[in-house]
Amino acid sequence: MAYMHIGKDFVPPDVNGKVTGRIKYAEDYTREGMVYARLLTSPIPHARVVNIDATEALAMDGVFGLLTADDVYPDGEPQSTGLKVLTNEPTLVGEPILALAAIDEKTAETAISKISVTFERLPFVLDPLDSLAEGGPDAYNGGNTYVFRQGFATEKWSADQVASFRAGNEPTAEPQQTFAYGDLDAALASSAFVYESAFTTAGYPHQSMEPRSAMAYWENGKLYLHGTSQSLSALADGMASIVGVPQEDFVFINEATGGGFGQRARANSIPSMAIPAKMSQKINRPVMMRVTRDEETAIGGARQGFQGWIKCGFKADGTMAAADLYIISDNGGKGGGGDAYSAADCISILYQTEAVRFRGTSIGSNTGHRGAQRGPGQNQIAAIIAPILDKAAQELGIDRLKIREINTPTNGDVGGAQRTPFTSAYMPEALKMGAEQFNLAERITRSRQRNGSKVTGIGIGQGYHNAGRSGMDGIVRLTADGRLKVHNGVGNLGTYSYASTSRAAAEVLQMPWEHVDVVTGRTDRHLPITSPQDGSNSIFTNTRTNYGAAQDLLAKMKEITAMELGGDASDYDFGDERVFKSADKSVGMSFAQIAQKGIELGGKFTGESDLPEELNDFTKISVTRLAGESLMGIYHDAPHNNNPPGFTVTFTEIEMDVETGKYDIIDMVTIGDCGTVVHPQGLKNQLVGGAVWGIGLAGYERHLYDPQNGLPASTGYWQSKIPTMMDTPSKIRTGWVDLPDPENPVGARGIGEPAMGAVAASLASAISDSLDGHLFNSAPVTADMIINHVAGVTSDAIPLAQNNFRG
Amino acid sequence: MNLNLTRRRFIKGVIASGAAATTTGVWVAANGASRPAGAVERMIRININGQVRTVDVAPQETLASTLRYKLGLTGTKLGCNRGECGACTVLVDDVSTYACSVLTHSVKNGRVETVEGLEAADGTLHPVQQAFVEELSPQCGYCTPGQIMAAVGLLRENPSPTREEARMGLSGNICRCGSYDSYLDGVMRAAQIG
Repeated sequence: MAYMHIGKDFVPPDVNGKVTGRIKYAEDYTREGMVYARLLTSPIPHARVVNIDATEALAMDGVFGLLTADDVYPDGEPQSTGLKVLTNEPTLVGEPILALAAIDEKTAETAISKISVTFERLPFVLDPLDSLAEGGPDAYNGGNTYVFRQGFATEKWSADQVASFRAGNEPTAEPQQTFAYGDLDAALASSAFVYESAFTTAGYPHQSMEPRSAMAYWENGKLYLHGTSQSLSALADGMASIVGVPQEDFVFINEATGGGFGQRARANSIPSMAIPAKMSQKINRPVMMRVTRDEETAIGGARQGFQGWIKCGFKADGTMAAADLYIISDNGGKGGGGDAYSAADCISILYQTEAVRFRGTSIGSNTGHRGAQRGPGQNQIAAIIAPILDKAAQELGIDRLKIREINTPTNGDVGGAQRTPFTSAYMPEALKMGAEQFNLAERITRSRQRNGSKVTGIGIGQGYHNAGRSGMDGIVRLTADGRLKVHNGVGNLGTYSYASTSRAAAEVLQMPWEHVDVVTGRTDRHLPITSPQDGSNSIFTNTRTNYGAAQDLLAKMKEITAMELGGDASDYDFGDERVFKSADKSVGMSFAQIAQKGIELGGKFTGESDLPEELNDFTKISVTRLAGESLMGIYHDAPHNNNPPGFTVTFTEIEMDVETGKYDIIDMVTIGDCGTVVHPQGLKNQLVGGAVWGIGLAGYERHLYDPQNGLPASTGYWQSKIPTMMDTPSKIRTGWVDLPDPENPVGARGIGEPAMGAVAASLASAISDSLDGHLFNSAPVTADMIINHVAGVTSDAIPLAQNNFRG
Repeated sequence: MNLNLTRRRFIKGVIASGAAATTTGVWVAANGASRPAGAVERMIRININGQVRTVDVAPQETLASTLRYKLGLTGTKLGCNRGECGACTVLVDDVSTYACSVLTHSVKNGRVETVEGLEAADGTLHPVQQAFVEELSPQCGYCTPGQIMAAVGLLRENPSPTREEARMGLSGNICRCGSYDSYLDGVMRAAQIG
């Protein structure tokens, strides 16, 4: 289909600001009379605050006030996991206990040094299996796990059960969570090759570039909060509740966000922004709270680590007949995340496994706050499963590409725990395209070839994430001067989807992009409830809403023209920013004229009546405030049932130096299946960005804590080992299938998460290949693990250890 | 990135001022109103983006703090404030420098260039900025000013780098979005634009 905007590159409105430094992040703002808040955070991993004596600090010149958990939660802290704004019950090092505001940061720091906090030390635990073992410490005050809607609970295994699991055996204890389909026993019995092993994947911090600084002030009863987020409307919806201000009186300002990766999508993942808001309310001054890198590392979120066991069965023809998983997922100090369930779901979808059983239990540790991180669950397991697939191919004498083709999802398939049909799936096409661009047939002949200390490894990986929500709203407006305003609450994280999804509205109306304004950046510009820019969701979800709103606008435009010029709306067509009679193009009205007439008519044309009944409350407020000033298109996207998948395939060649355990990535080709391509440059950026994240997951990133005191050893970029330019190839080749999804009006689906999973899988596969097919059953596979393996050294690390040096 | 040079300058500067520097306390020190006895004079003139600016600088104040909080040049970002990420990269006498890790007093006789100084008066973007727009190099954009200044420094020294040389030249700048490939595309395009 020939589109005017879809599939074409454009210059997003904010790029100029990014290259000139003019675009503002939260910390770049200032306000007359602004004072500074600093945090006192927990120095120990698990404690209870017994007393806070701030007498001396509050008596200092230039100190304006103190905020504690008692101020934020006068009725007591919520007894649940999840970050609190401030807490008297810290369960990780770095958790904010109190904030103090002063004339400048030095005064605030000096005052904080004069505050005496008495902590009652509580037992702490860093490794979930240590907590699971009978008699082991519990990370939380109410137990070592949290059951949704039920509260804290305690899960304990016998010492023998934990030891058996650490030794690589199938866990025997009852899990918290399970799903299953198919006849697992029969599937395993039908398998010609069965692989069984324990495995582990590391947790690690998000480390967004922009620390979660925030600035707040109150003016005429309204709260204005400059913050950082992956969404505007979705975050504002929740943050107003956390602060305790009516939605109508809350303005969230967020022009740009310096990274989020899952931990800035909604208010409950970034409650610290409420600190300057509450402090400002208390001391009646604008308050800036700058967050340091250490603080960001502590409360900025982390991926869940896995301690797992997997058993996979393959039939003689290569079909994956069975997958049986038991995963202990690390809930960290504040809990959260359904990564383990998603991991099993992902295997079911990516490999169309005939029988799957998932068993999982989440256990806390007094380590970083856990929550969604790019492809939560799907991407950890991608790095574990790919080498197993290679092993099966080797054992069954099947080509490594072929075994993936045999099991690949395609149109008409179902997948996952709920056996949900795909909206569309073009993974076979992606595999074919990638293999051709990578020239796999020739390259595979170099597999395991040795040249001195260098060995070539070839890897193939696949990634998946569900990529599309529904139930969101769209608002577009045509102003009296004929310009189209697309209101978008998605947030500006760097994917440019706030702009690219707005182009769906321009597409409907066939309007030149120069005549379109994307309205975003602050909620008092009146935004609809929009999907946050998370979980690869925004392209599918927000093209649907913007497209629908533009269609509503177009219908109203035709109706107005028919009212003015006679006939029925169906008698009219449109083009070149005019609506005209289909039978006589010369009879018509310009978009500007129609907008002017619509404003004159009011009522349903300007949002003053006849709103869609299902419209979200947040959107209703926005529409009400916009009503009367322009011709409006308003749309509520009804729920859809099928699963819009994001799929990615990656091929990688590495050169492994077996003397150092280091490797160079010689070539990498990564192909996306995300329906119709909306914005090629944006898609390319998601593919290469996901690749860097995948390289980090497979090879580098992990949490480390001091086992004696529970102190974090990785508190910044360097120790977290996030990939630098030198860890990644200087060129990553990208491509896309570009076939439309039928359940999206422009054919689009998301891609951000699987772009990472496929690369992690591909690199893990290549590393294994370069080492004669050795399976580490671990992510990351670090250089020391590689040279220990090559040297035949048995690691003395504790098997399946989490959050610690693993050897 | 001449990291050793900037770290050394920073440490020497701290010793000279008698101030204590910690990784978490730099903002605190930088914004302090107090003055150690016998410290260097506070009012200095410094050449920023071709203009001589007079500014009150505490002895232990970092260049990043002066730029952001005294001069309002917030294009220079702070990602880590401890010389790990490069978001604060500026040019000092054409050398790319972590502004978080150099004391303002130590560069008062030098020429400091920030991202705000690249654009021409008529709004024409610097070739690196223009190339970064055309290649859509930034994602979240937080590291972009630092990447741009590192690229400008590289291209002044080596106007026609190979992609590998460009990779080395920008290796001191982290991009958590992982946009390295697109940044390198931008540098190579900028080299062509000249």
